[in-house]
Amino acid sequence: MPTSLDTAPNPETLRRIVIEPVSRVEGHGKVTILLDAERKVQQVRLHIVEFRGFERFIQGRPFWEVPVMVQRLCGICPVSHHLAASKAMDQIVGATRVPATATAIRRLMHYGQILQSHALHFFHLASPDLLFGFDSDPAKRNVVGVLAAHPDLARHGILLRKFGQEIIRITAGKRVHGTGSIPGGVNKRVTPAERDELRAPLADVVAWAEAGVRLVADLFAANRALYEGFGTVRSSLLSLVAPDGALDLYDGVLRARDADGGILFDGVRCADYGARIHENVRSWSYMKFPFFAELGPERGWYKVGPLARIQNCDSIGTPRAEAARQEFLARTLGTIQHAPLAYHWARMIELLHAAEVIERLLADPALVGDELTATGARATTGIGVIEAPRGTLIHHYEVDADDLVTMCNLIVSTTHNNTAMNEAIRQVARQYLDGREPTEGLLNHIEVAIRAFDPCLSCATHALGKMPLAVEIVDAAGALVTRLVRDGESL
Amino acid sequence: MTDASPPQTFQMDGHDVAFTPGQSILTAALAAGRYIPHLCFHPEFTAHGSCKVCTVKVNGQPHASCTTPARSGDVVESDTDELTQLRLNLVQFLFAEGNHFCPSCEKSGACTLQGVAYELGMTTEHYSPLFPDRPVDASHPDVLLDFNRCILCELCIRASAIHDQKHVFALSGRGITKHLIVNAESGRLADTALALSDKAMTVCPVGVILRKRQGFAVPIGERRYDHQPISAVAVGHRPKEDGHE
Repeated sequence: MPTSLDTAPNPETLRRIVIEPVSRVEGHGKVTILLDAERKVQQVRLHIVEFRGFERFIQGRPFWEVPVMVQRLCGICPVSHHLAASKAMDQIVGATRVPATATAIRRLMHYGQILQSHALHFFHLASPDLLFGFDSDPAKRNVVGVLAAHPDLARHGILLRKFGQEIIRITAGKRVHGTGSIPGGVNKRVTPAERDELRAPLADVVAWAEAGVRLVADLFAANRALYEGFGTVRSSLLSLVAPDGALDLYDGVLRARDADGGILFDGVRCADYGARIHENVRSWSYMKFPFFAELGPERGWYKVGPLARIQNCDSIGTPRAEAARQEFLARTLGTIQHAPLAYHWARMIELLHAAEVIERLLADPALVGDELTATGARATTGIGVIEAPRGTLIHHYEVDADDLVTMCNLIVSTTHNNTAMNEAIRQVARQYLDGREPTEGLLNHIEVAIRAFDPCLSCATHALGKMPLAVEIVDAAGALVTRLVRDGESL
Repeated sequence: MTDASPPQTFQMDGHDVAFTPGQSILTAALAAGRYIPHLCFHPEFTAHGSCKVCTVKVNGQPHASCTTPARSGDVVESDTDELTQLRLNLVQFLFAEGNHFCPSCEKSGACTLQGVAYELGMTTEHYSPLFPDRPVDASHPDVLLDFNRCILCELCIRASAIHDQKHVFALSGRGITKHLIVNAESGRLADTALALSDKAMTVCPVGVILRKRQGFAVPIGERRYDHQPISAVAVGHRPKEDGHE
């Protein structure tokens, strides 16, 4: 695999540090770090330790149940799974043209989720590190600390999330785990009254989103060396783009760039993902390792998510977000920005974009139409691809003549970023841990790099769990030297 | 003549409940707007008292209220902590015996078992689930049988035999191995005479007998028990054609 810190030659002779689980991310994972007698880092791995098995137990279930069942993969981005599965099942029921109203409602649901998920990640989970410092007092390095020190910022973050959740409630029936999208369309209209209810706070939402972009851009400008160098690793990029190359998070074609920005492939139909993306497994993680087939597992790994998307597209079709993207691109003078911490900036640009798209959708007469579903000639294969908050999400199903699922393959956003996250934490370990005695603050640097990707480890193993943290330091003989335990927020 | 005679009544939880001769305690109570939790009872079929969820105490003795005739002067206890706990235990047994995954079940929000569980305050299965292996029967072009959710109420058996005159369904086995089967040598639903217009299609209180490709067509907010608990729906609304009650 990619770098020297993937596998140490003599692990049994090394001191082992475990960060388990990683905190302030979605889902459950751990990091192991092996140090030699001089505290030089020899091996770093992000392990995904929970097994879920959705791909297996969805087999034998009726296809119309799938969009509801698979969203239980996640409590943060269930809408992504709901919609990716629905898009796949559209093909099964032959809905080659989903009615405009259904598409508008689904898009509204999706951009509502992008907005709430990005707001949750930045304001609740990531901002404490960025506002207070990676090794600041852990008792304050949390959302409660942000509420105390920056009450307006925290409040706006919470209200942004609330707005997104309300969109999901109105379009899906519930804020979490609704049922709005069904094969061939949606089951629920948006009434003019509901549309007007969502329009009311729009001006504030856009203003808060713009302020979020400004905040990260300013943090980046003020700490440029840190933000650009922290855990930075070069890789290819993957995302959907609209047929005209613009950013589109709901539908489009697959485009990949190499680390320098050159096109690797473009215009690839979602149905052909299997020819471009292959998956590897490693014995130490339940999360798979996808790679571009044409480059192979050694060189074919890539990044997905906001940082990939806003650099992979040719433009953003909403003015405020496009202006913010241009400012972002101007920093790197046309080269690809690979810094994990730039994910936060890109994420806020997407949050602003989502707010603008929502504004447009709420002005679209199609949104409140009555034609909700379509059907056509039955098919046996359905492949639905969507840009989830964390990156490209692929749902692939085979359905038999009796309407039962016979095969399911899910490549989840976080899974695409598996190697990239591993390489980022290896880079941070080289930069900050090498030769030093690990402390809580230093180990949080590892977690900061993981958090930048906004991983959803539950989704990625197709897991339930909170994020208490245990750090064990074991000497070369295997004896436990220190054990620190954290439950949720404080160590 | 009957207009002149005073209504016959029994007392339930301190209230007079009027009845006409031939009514059971359950049917009289429901008609009077007093809900008694129940699962295997359906007003169009002869009660057979198998699920025991409708158990009440009549003059201090436990009886299935669906099969116990109402009698003038009887003292009936239904809404008591003791009976609620017993009913809860029965419902929890049912959840533990089958595979009832409400989060992905298309009957959620319109399911009698789920509605009764909510009514009884069930928050957990309590008992260790058995996770039985029950493959679905998807052989019929228009109907899916998901045996995972069967509670052996026999309503489909009664509807198919008595109303539809087809005898499509039956129970087989004994005790914990008892299970629903279909009347075909192949054992497949496709080889039975079941039709979408059958009464048996409409009586399943859970999510076993399902019209294919219709799941989740009814949005959250419009399902049977989205706005009122089963106790209110059961005594205040006329039964719908697409489901139990």
